[in-house]
Amino acid sequence: MGGRFLALLLFAATIVLIAIGTIWPLPEATVYAGSGGLSSNSSTPQAALRSFGEALHSQAWGKAYFSLANRAQFTLPQFMADMMGYYPNLRTYSGLDTLEMLPVHATDTDAEYQVKMHWATVVGDAVETRDVHVVKNDGRWEVNWPFTKEQVVPPQVIPVNYLRWDVIYRGAGDDWGAADVESPHVKIIDMHPVQRAEGTFIMGELLNEDVEPAYVSVSATLLNKSQQPIATEGSFDKISHLLLPKQVTPFFIKFADVNLSQVGGVRMTPFSTLIPASADPVIEIQDEKLDTSAATSSLSGQLVNQSGQIANVAHVLGTFYDQNGNLVWVADQYVDHALLPQTPVAFNMHIPEDLAHKIASQRTVISTYIMGGTA
Amino acid sequence: MSPVRALVAVTLVSAALQLAAQSGLTVPKAIEAGSAFSVQSSGSGQGTVYIVGPEQVLKRDVQLGSTINFEAGSLYNAGHYLVFLSGSADTATLDVLPAGKIADVSFLARPSRLPVGLREGITGAVYVFDSYENLVTKPETVAFELSTPGGAAQNRNITTRDGAAWIAMDSSPKEGAAQFVARVGGISTTRIIGQVPGDPCGIQMTAKPSGPKVALETAPVRDCSGNAVPDGTVITFTENYNGAQTTVDVPLKRGVAKVEMPAVPGATITVASGVVLGNQIRWGR
Repeated sequence: MGGRFLALLLFAATIVLIAIGTIWPLPEATVYAGSGGLSSNSSTPQAALRSFGEALHSQAWGKAYFSLANRAQFTLPQFMADMMGYYPNLRTYSGLDTLEMLPVHATDTDAEYQVKMHWATVVGDAVETRDVHVVKNDGRWEVNWPFTKEQVVPPQVIPVNYLRWDVIYRGAGDDWGAADVESPHVKIIDMHPVQRAEGTFIMGELLNEDVEPAYVSVSATLLNKSQQPIATEGSFDKISHLLLPKQVTPFFIKFADVNLSQVGGVRMTPFSTLIPASADPVIEIQDEKLDTSAATSSLSGQLVNQSGQIANVAHVLGTFYDQNGNLVWVADQYVDHALLPQTPVAFNMHIPEDLAHKIASQRTVISTYIMGGTA
Repeated sequence: MSPVRALVAVTLVSAALQLAAQSGLTVPKAIEAGSAFSVQSSGSGQGTVYIVGPEQVLKRDVQLGSTINFEAGSLYNAGHYLVFLSGSADTATLDVLPAGKIADVSFLARPSRLPVGLREGITGAVYVFDSYENLVTKPETVAFELSTPGGAAQNRNITTRDGAAWIAMDSSPKEGAAQFVARVGGISTTRIIGQVPGDPCGIQMTAKPSGPKVALETAPVRDCSGNAVPDGTVITFTENYNGAQTTVDVPLKRGVAKVEMPAVPGATITVASGVVLGNQIRWGR
């Protein structure tokens, strides 16, 4: 009886709250829901920052720019480039999803916030953190945007002597005894299952032992104790799909609803096929620092494009080993800025705190995507 | 033979047996596929001769007592044929044998690409056919030859058995596109086998100052048989210094890999390709 009354009460309360939210929505909720006009409240530092975030969310770049206190230091196109970049990249096709504000300090005339901008990109959430200063001018709170000047490449010709492979497959004119071009020979050189709260993970490394570039992927089938299949999953984007000769990529396969104790075996299926490819761009991974302290465990570094070609999207894959060289973890991160020639771009990928203390070394690989083709 | 054709053949045979008469056929025991032949009939009156075999049926209206001539190319599928006359209980058999002359060779060579120096890594299978695509079952000698430019050729002769011959050969220690040739009955068929270098062997790099950086360059990278490892093969340079690391995957160009990395005194620089390690340098400028 008591349970029924409670259920009825909760149902009624839910209906009332939905009605209140629908009739009197918060201004920012209206904006994030994609309807309603943009507010421009500047009565408090938080309100000013929220109004700025709403403008970014709506891609009202002009409104966002003209609300800034320090807009004289840069132009509107420069501000837009700071948000989206001059060259096509992950952020070009993204939108601001949410904006988190963490107050650091505040006085009557200024306030400091740590702002986390969550950009919704085609590969998921891209988080950007900036320390934002909000100042009071003539009774109005305005955002002092920490402008970062987007790098540009001066017009120039960069001679490139690059390798390229093209493939001619078997055609209708070949007689039936003629063999088609051989698929590249690839080999799984390492494989390690691990149980996490999210499920079972299969990690490993794949080597292209051939002399041709290979398009690769890996799928895994978990078998129960009777050797019957439980589930099959692929590596999807947790792998570098293009492998040049003798190149190694880590891979990472997630089985969300499987416990490792159920697993009696794993059947790995590497896939490879020839792919037209070029050996450029060459990306240097500079100043990699492995931080294995529990609170901030991460791998950071800088990517430097050593070629003349602009790499629009870069995917960093890190493989982490223990002292004996055994695989401990695989992590990845997409870089949301285009890699311009000889221009360092920072990356920082998170390592699970509970695994950090086991990690003694790492190896990082980069895969890049060029607009209009894959490199 | 397809079920429909088999049914037709059986029906025709039973119909012929029901129509018993004083007539008969004289048929050659065997002929060569595609050759002309004749069948002698006996008796009098009109009749129809049927020749039923694999994938082929011939029907000819005849004047009994005459010789029925079948022109060249009439029967071309090798196999066992049944010959009978409508209205007669007599049946005869005729074997059509593959033509003696080999007209076509199917040559399957695998794989199309493999590392050098692999024992019995290349396999070839040959099937010999006459001009009507009948498998020539008579033993024939197939000459296999595997040759690499600048290297010694491997030659082996294999006799066909039931129309097929096969062989396994070693890839040569020298890289290059090998010509794998099968010759039989004056016909030659060629397949190209890519013999590619094996894993890099003993990668050696040198380092020299280059402004604020250190210029690293490998010696020409070769496999353990001395073949140049192909351009595009990835060479990984790793520099460890002060708890930090810099890594570059550089594809070979013109046989060597070059890169510039931060010149940090005391840094340890290593070079590798795939699972093969090269030398190590300690930068102590």
